[in-house]
Amino acid sequence: MSSVLYDAQGPRAKQRNILYTVLFVLGAAAVVWWVYDGLAEKHQLDWIKWEPFFTSSQPWETYIWPGFQNMIKAAFFALIIALPLGALFGIGRLSDHRWVRMPAGFVVELFRAVPVLILMITANAVYAEYTTIDTDMRPLYAVVTGLVLYNFSVLAEIVRAGIETLPKGQAEAAKALGMRKSQIMLSVLLPQAVTAMLPAIVSQLVVIVKDTALGGAMMTFPELLASVRPMSANYGANTIACFTIVALIYIVVNFALTTFASRLERWLRRNKKSKGTAAGGAPETIGTPSLVVDDGRAV
Amino acid sequence: MFDFLEGYDLLGAFWVTVQLTVYSALGSLIWGTLLAGMKVSPVPLMRGFATAYVNVIRNIPLTVIIVFSSLGLNQTLTISLGADVIEDINFRLAVLALVAYTAAFVCEALRSGINTVPIGQAEAARALGLSFTQVLRLIILPQAFRAVVNPLSNVLIALTKNTTVASAIGVIEASYLMKDMIEAEAQLILIALVFAFGFVVLTLPTGLILGWVSKKVAVKR
Repeated sequence: MSSVLYDAQGPRAKQRNILYTVLFVLGAAAVVWWVYDGLAEKHQLDWIKWEPFFTSSQPWETYIWPGFQNMIKAAFFALIIALPLGALFGIGRLSDHRWVRMPAGFVVELFRAVPVLILMITANAVYAEYTTIDTDMRPLYAVVTGLVLYNFSVLAEIVRAGIETLPKGQAEAAKALGMRKSQIMLSVLLPQAVTAMLPAIVSQLVVIVKDTALGGAMMTFPELLASVRPMSANYGANTIACFTIVALIYIVVNFALTTFASRLERWLRRNKKSKGTAAGGAPETIGTPSLVVDDGRAV
Repeated sequence: MFDFLEGYDLLGAFWVTVQLTVYSALGSLIWGTLLAGMKVSPVPLMRGFATAYVNVIRNIPLTVIIVFSSLGLNQTLTISLGADVIEDINFRLAVLALVAYTAAFVCEALRSGINTVPIGQAEAARALGLSFTQVLRLIILPQAFRAVVNPLSNVLIALTKNTTVASAIGVIEASYLMKDMIEAEAQLILIALVFAFGFVVLTLPTGLILGWVSKKVAVKR
């Protein structure tokens, strides 16, 4: 195994690598032992604490499955509502009219700067004060509203970036065909931009799924994370076991989404290449640059 | 008009937010750089560890990590990180969780920065006989850092906003105070606007200053 950063390894380098590996394993083993010891001392590793998840379906049916459903429900509604809103504001920011462009930009920048939690708390208070949504449903409404308000602004930026990176010739050719501005946007630019940005949109879905957990911790929204407390209370304080199971579910769901996003990206890039539209000629770099630019937004 | 602010320590709450941000930013920059180094290192086990760490952490909600740091680490395993008072313990746990989480994103940003460095740079360095750590430390990372100022500033902005999650374990920062105020006071839209404004004040300069810095230090190719 060699890379551009280091040469093919000779005997001495190989020996050194073995030494590093051994040191790393020893360090890791020390940490693992420390954690294991701590857990065992607190009886968190006793079979009785883990047994409910493996021998009966009760914890899955009463706690985990309803929580999972609520998580998916909130994420689904948030995406479905935020996507068209995002497209609208993304297009709005590119408008020829100042009085459309400026307010759209202001709204998008404002909601991108405010934490989701602040939006959720506000939405919850507003629903409690000014509407008659009953208290059972209010957390769901508040969580979805908070998620929509934040994510539509992010999606607006994604759509805008997608439209801006399209070749200029697309709009010009459409104009030459005599299309109106709305036609150019809706039937030429937007479909291409959304397709190109699909991986980024799927990655944003990961952010949405992760943020539903905020609702569980702060808004009494009965989703997956919120199921930990009643569950560990019911099965004899098996906090560690409950957290492990819940974290695993999050990892599986989000890992599937991330993998899907990167597959989609590779597929889109390959499709583009075979049509011969990629310009090429970019300088060769250490790794392949990604279409979904990892600009740190999806934190 | 703003008399509802009386009796609340608004600046104090935002000061806690700033402290959380600064400590976590420093910690995650160090840990994230180490992870990025491991991810491109010649030792397969370290590469595997860094990849696994990033994949696992990126796919867990920050809320889960922070709540776990309190329920799991503190209350179950009785880890208190050398603090005695519950406020200090929770603050330190929140910083620990934020560092663990944010480092994964710093690592990814840095790695994408390493990807922008032309192959010739690393090849020339190797031809001069530099070792892997020298290539990384003297040639690749300085260029990579200059390329990722913008992504890192986005991570920092996200981190500033993510500190609100610390209120889930009772750290009295901005969103914690806001929840208190909104339950006690009537002008809820005004309260929301005050806090939204507070976060705009915190994040806008970060974006503007680091955006300027990123243009200043970008490697012209």
